[in-house]
Amino acid sequence: MSLISAQDLTKIYVLGEQRVEALKSVNFSVEPSSFVSFVGPSGSGKTTLLNLIGCLDRPTSGSLTVAGTETSSLSRREAAEFRGKNLGFIFQDFNLMAVLTVYENVEYPLLVVQNVAAAERKDRILTLLDTVGMLDQKDKYPDQISGGQKQRVAVARALVTNPSLVLADEPTANLDSKTAFRVIDTMHKMKDELGVTFVFSTHDRKIVSEVETIYTLTDGMITGKAAGKGGSHV
Amino acid sequence: MFKLVKIALRNLLRYKRRTLLTSSLIAVGVTFVLVFVSSSSAFKNLMIGQITDSMLGHIQVHKQGYMASIDSLPLTLNLSQKNMEKLEKAMNSVPDIKAYSPRIKFAGMFSNFMETTNIRVNGVYPDKEEAVVPLLSGRVKQGAKVIKKGEMFIPELLAKGMDVKVGDTIVVIATNRDGSVNGKQFRVGAVVESVTGPGGRDGYMHIEDAMEMLRMDQMEVSEVAVRLDDFDKLHRVSILLETALSDQVNEAGKPVFDVRTWEDLSPFYNVSRMIEIMTFFIKLMLIAIVLISIMNVMIMAVFERIREIGTMAAIGTKPGKVLYLFLIEGFFLGLLGTLAGIVFTSAATYVLNAVEISFNFGRQTGLVLSPRLEPGQIFLISGIVIVVSILAALQPAYKASRMEPINALRHV
Repeated sequence: MSLISAQDLTKIYVLGEQRVEALKSVNFSVEPSSFVSFVGPSGSGKTTLLNLIGCLDRPTSGSLTVAGTETSSLSRREAAEFRGKNLGFIFQDFNLMAVLTVYENVEYPLLVVQNVAAAERKDRILTLLDTVGMLDQKDKYPDQISGGQKQRVAVARALVTNPSLVLADEPTANLDSKTAFRVIDTMHKMKDELGVTFVFSTHDRKIVSEVETIYTLTDGMITGKAAGKGGSHV
Repeated sequence: MFKLVKIALRNLLRYKRRTLLTSSLIAVGVTFVLVFVSSSSAFKNLMIGQITDSMLGHIQVHKQGYMASIDSLPLTLNLSQKNMEKLEKAMNSVPDIKAYSPRIKFAGMFSNFMETTNIRVNGVYPDKEEAVVPLLSGRVKQGAKVIKKGEMFIPELLAKGMDVKVGDTIVVIATNRDGSVNGKQFRVGAVVESVTGPGGRDGYMHIEDAMEMLRMDQMEVSEVAVRLDDFDKLHRVSILLETALSDQVNEAGKPVFDVRTWEDLSPFYNVSRMIEIMTFFIKLMLIAIVLISIMNVMIMAVFERIREIGTMAAIGTKPGKVLYLFLIEGFFLGLLGTLAGIVFTSAATYVLNAVEISFNFGRQTGLVLSPRLEPGQIFLISGIVIVVSILAALQPAYKASRMEPINALRHV
C-alpha cells in the first residue's frame, strides 16, 4: 500500500480576479521507506504539492491519501493532530525556536504535541542528537550554532516523533556544499535505519543525485518520473 | 502546560527591554492606584472614626418623625419610658451591639450673667456616652474628662465667645414640652473641642440634670446612639435592629422607631461616596493602562513571531496551545507588573507613614494620614490587573491560534 497517493490533485489560488492553477490534476504515489524528490523550476508547484501532502493547505479538488488517511477533508484541528502524529517537517530556514536550546527544540514535539513520558523522551532525544552528531551541542541555543548544525537539529526534531513521512522543502538551500552533503547523508541514514520516507521539494542537484525517485514538475503538472541512484547509498 | 509556561517566560526574556517597559508601566499604574486607595481609604476611615466616635455613634434610633424636625430638637417627639424598654429589649436581642447611650437633646439659652446666647445640649449618662463615643473625653481641652451632675461641658467656640472658663458658673434656660420655662445654674466642668458634623458644637450635661431642667417625671429620650463591636457589620446590624423593632407600630400602623446609620446622619457620607467613585474611576484608568500596554505588546509579539507560530502549527501544535502560549505571556506580563507595583507601593506607603502627613478637617487640626495596604485591596487590584492582562492578550492570542500555518510559514 502506498504511503502517499494522489489522484487528480488540483490546487487553484484565487488572487483577486486572477486564478492561478498551481497544480493541475496531479497523480502520483510514494511507497513507504523511500527517498523521493519533486524537482522543477520556481513556480512549477513543488512547494504547493509539499504543503498539500503536509496538510498545511487543502486541495481545490482531487484526492490525497497520506498514511492511510484522506487528508483533503481534515479540519484545522484534525490536520494539526495528523501532522503531529504522522509527519515531520524540515524547512529551508531551519525554523528552530530561538528561545529553546538544541535539546529543547527536539523535545518540543514530544512534549507539547505528543505528550511522551519523560524517560522515553530523554532517551529518544539523546539517541537522535547523537545520530545527527549534535549531542555535544545540546545545551546551545540556535543562535550559537552554524546553519548546518541547525538543519541537523531540524532533522532530529522532524524524526523524534517517529513519523512515517518527513517533508523537506529546500532543506539544503541555505547550506554550503559540504554541510549540505552531511545533512543529506544524515537523512539518508535515518531513512535506512528507521524506515522513514523522505519527500523533498528541491532543485538542488546534490539531493537529486541521492534520491530513489525523482518526479519532475512543470507548470503544475508531473511531466516526468525517473529513478535516482539513491537506492544504492552507502 | 509547564513547557508552555517555560516557553512563554523565555519569550518575555527574549525581548527584555519591551517586557521591562511594559511591566514598569503596569507597576507604576498599580502603585498609583494602591497608594491612592490606601491613602483615600485611610482618610475616609479616619474621618468616619472621628465623626462616629466623637459624637454620632455608629447607629442612632429616634422616634419616627424626629429626624424631619431635628433642627428644632422637638421634645414632643421623644421616646417614652415604654418605648425605651422595648428598644432596649430589641437592642439586647441583636448581637454585635457593644454599647448604647440614651440622649435627651434640647435647645436652650446660655447665660454668663452678662450675655445670653443659644445652646444645644445633650443630656447623657457619662459612662454610657463614653462607651458609645470614646473620643468625647479626648475632645476635652480644659477641665474634667467626665461629666458630673451640676456641671456642663461647654463647646469651645461658645466658651471663647462668652468668655467662660472651667469653674465658672453659668445658667441654662430651656422650655419644657408643656411650654413652661425653667432655668438651672451649672458649673463649667470642661471646655470641649468642636468637631465637624451634626452635634459637633453641642454642650453636654448629666441626663438627670436634663430631666430636672425639662421637668420630666419619667425619662423621655430624644435619641439613642449605638456602638457596634465591628463597624464592618454596620448594615447587617442596622437591618437586624430594624427587624427586631418592626412589630412596634403606632395607632396609624406606622413604625414607632426610626433606625439610621451614620451614613444617613452625616454629610461626610457624601464625601465618602465621592472618594469611592473617584477610586472606581482610578481603577478604570488602571484597567485602560494595562489593557492598552499588554495588547500593544502582544500584537507586536504575534506579528514578530508569525513564522514561529507557523512552525509550531506545522509541527502539530494544536491551535488551543498556541492560544494558551500567548495568554500565558500576557498573564506573566501582568503578574510581573503587579508584583513590582506591590513592592513600590509598600515602599511608598512606608515613606508616607514615616513623613506623617497631617491635615485639618473643619475645626479638627493635626489629623495624621496613616495609609495602610489592605490585603483585600491588594488582592482586588492584582486580580483586576491579571484578569485584564489575560483579556488584553486574548485577541492577539486568538489571532495567532487561527493563523493558517501555510500563510504563517510564508511570512517574511
